[in-house]
Amino acid sequence: MAINSIDSSKRTRLVPQNFIDGEHSYTTISEILAGVVLNPKPPTVWFVATGLGFCVLNVMLLAVTYLVLTGTGIWGNNQPTAWAWDIVNFVWWIGIGHAGTLISAILLLMRQSWRNSINRFAEAMTIFAVMCAGLYPLLHTGRPWLDYWLFPYANTLGMWPQTRSPLEWDVFAVSTYFTISLLFWFLGLIPDIATLRDKSQHPLVKSIYGLASMGWIGSAKHWFRYEQAYNILAGISAPLVLSVHTIVSFDFAVGIVPGWHTTIFPPYFVAGAVFAGFAMVLTFGLPLRSVYPQIKDFITEKHLDWMAKILLATGLIVFYGYILEMFYGWYSGNTYELALVYNRLFGPYKWFYYALIFCNGVFPQLCWVPQLRRNVPFLFVLSIVVGIGMWLERFVIIPMSLTRDFLTSSWGYYAPTEWDWALFIGTMGFFVFLLFMFIKVLPIINIFEMRDLLMKNHHQFGHGHDGHENSEEAH
Amino acid sequence: MAHAAYESPKLFGIVAEFDDPDVLVEAAAKTRVAGYRKFDAYSPMPVHGLAEAMHFEDIRIPWMAFFGGITGCCLGLGFQTWIALIDYPMNVGGKPLFTWPQFIPITFEATVLVTGLTTFVSQFALNGLPKPYNPMFNAKNFDRASQDRFFLCIETRDPKFDEASVTEFLQGLGALDVSEVPA
Repeated sequence: MAINSIDSSKRTRLVPQNFIDGEHSYTTISEILAGVVLNPKPPTVWFVATGLGFCVLNVMLLAVTYLVLTGTGIWGNNQPTAWAWDIVNFVWWIGIGHAGTLISAILLLMRQSWRNSINRFAEAMTIFAVMCAGLYPLLHTGRPWLDYWLFPYANTLGMWPQTRSPLEWDVFAVSTYFTISLLFWFLGLIPDIATLRDKSQHPLVKSIYGLASMGWIGSAKHWFRYEQAYNILAGISAPLVLSVHTIVSFDFAVGIVPGWHTTIFPPYFVAGAVFAGFAMVLTFGLPLRSVYPQIKDFITEKHLDWMAKILLATGLIVFYGYILEMFYGWYSGNTYELALVYNRLFGPYKWFYYALIFCNGVFPQLCWVPQLRRNVPFLFVLSIVVGIGMWLERFVIIPMSLTRDFLTSSWGYYAPTEWDWALFIGTMGFFVFLLFMFIKVLPIINIFEMRDLLMKNHHQFGHGHDGHENSEEAH
Repeated sequence: MAHAAYESPKLFGIVAEFDDPDVLVEAAAKTRVAGYRKFDAYSPMPVHGLAEAMHFEDIRIPWMAFFGGITGCCLGLGFQTWIALIDYPMNVGGKPLFTWPQFIPITFEATVLVTGLTTFVSQFALNGLPKPYNPMFNAKNFDRASQDRFFLCIETRDPKFDEASVTEFLQGLGALDVSEVPA
C-alpha cells in the first residue's frame, strides 16, 4: 500500500484529546452516572417531559385505534399520492435512528473515543426511532392484523412474499436492523446494569437489575469474549446501517417516477440519515445536559463542537445531493425529469423546496463559525431546523413527484388530514416518553466505557505511564 | 466437587483487591509466572493487556460469527432461490427465474442477522451467562468490582492452591486487602 511507504513522521496524527472535563476517578464516574438512575427523586423537568410524552403518546394510540377501526381512508393519501406522510415519516424516523448506529458502531471501529459518552442514548434513540418508523408501513398495509404476511412462512395459501421487491427488502432490512440494534444495545448495557445492581439499595430494584445483568461479574475472561462479541456486532452493524437506508432509498430509486429514478439516492439517503440523526442527538443531548448538569463533564463542549462538525459535513453531502438532483434532471434530457425540476422550483410545493434548501443547505453553514459550534442555544435551534429540513426533504421527494408524474390527467394535490398530524405528533410523544423512561431506568452514558476512557487518559496525560496506547491515528 | 480434598471445602478461593488497573495487570502476570493456573481477574471495565498477562485466549467467538454468517448467507440466498425456481416460479414477461442480483439485499440482511444472533448467543454461552449465583459475589467488597475496584482471585481448584501460601503471595502483589471467598 502506498500509504505505508510514506514516512510515518509526516503522517497526520490525531492529537490525543481529553474527553472528560474536571477531576474524576473511577468512583466518581460510577457515582455520577449511576446516580442519575438511582436517584429516587428525579428532577421536576423529568416529570414534566415524561408526562407530556405520555399525553402525546395517547394521541398516537387514539390515531392508531381509529385507523384500525376505520381504514387508511382517514389519511390524506389519494390517487395519485398513494404514498404520503406514512412513507415520509417512516423514512424520517428511520433516518433519525441511523445516527445511533453510526456513533456506536462506525465511530467505535474508527477508535473515536469521544463517542463513548454519547453512544448509549443515541443507541436508545435508534431503537425508539425504528419502533416509530416501523409503525407506519405496518399501518399503511391497511390491515395491520395481517402484517405477518410480510414474512416468508409456510402458509395454507401456498404463497411467498415477492423477494424481488424493494418493499420486501425493507421488511428484512428494518427487522434485521431493529434486532441487531437491540442486541448491540443490550450487550453494551450488561456491565452497566451490573453496576446498577451493585449500587442499588432497595431489594426489589437490586433483584431486577440482578436479573437483567445476567450475573455479570467483570471477569477478565468474560471481558475478553465480551469485547470480541461487541466488536463483531459493531463490525456487522456498520454495513448494516448503510444497507438499511440504501434499501429504503431503493423503494424510490427502483421506481420510474420522475425524481426518484437516480443512482445518487443510496449515498444521499445515508448521508441524510446521519445528518438528521446527529441533529436529533443534539436535540435531546443538549436538554439532557441542562437537566442533568452533572453529566456536562462527560458530554463536553468538545463533543458538541465535533457533533456540529459532523452535521456540517453530512449537511454538505446532502446539499451536494440536491445539486446533483437538479443536474440529473437537466443532464437526462428527459422531459419528465426536466418538468420535475421545474415543478420543484415553481410548482405548487415550491415553498417546501425553498424551505428545504434553507434548512439543510444554507442554515447549517453557520457551523463554519467555531464560536457557534459551542453555543448551546444555537446548536439547539440548528438541530430543530435540520430535523425539519430532513422531514421536508422526504416530503419533497414523495408527494411532489407523485402529484406531478407523466400524464397531466393523473396530476393531483396532496394535503394531510388531522389524522396524519395526530399520528405523526403522536409518534413524537411515544419517542419522548420512551426516551425519558429510559433515562430513569438505565444509564444514559456508558459507564464502563467512561472508566475505560479515564484509564486511557491516565495513560496518556500523566500518571507516569508513557502509554503505548496513545497512537490514536485516523484509520 | 473437585476441591473436596482440601481442608476447607467451603472455600472458593482467595481474593486480592486493588485500586489500579495497571497494578492488576502486573499482579495477573506475576500470578501466572508463579505457576497458578486457575485464577481470574475482575475489573469494572475491560483492561487491555489483562487477558494477555493471564495467557488467556479464546478465538471461538469470531469463528462462530463467521460460520453464522455463512449459514445466514446460504439460508438467505437458498431460500429465495428455492421460492423463485421450485416452489413458486412466476413467469414475468419471460424473464429468467433465477434473478440473483435481486436476491442480494435479503441475502445480505440474513447474513448480518444470523451473524449477530450467533455472536450474541455465543458470547453468553461461552461466558456461562446468565449465571444468577456466582461464589465471587461472596467476596468481600466485591460490589465494587463493577464500580472502582479490581480483584484477582486464585481458586481452590488450582493444583498449587494452598491457603497460607496463596494469601502470602497475594499480599506481596500490592493488594489493598486479601480475603477468603466462601463457596
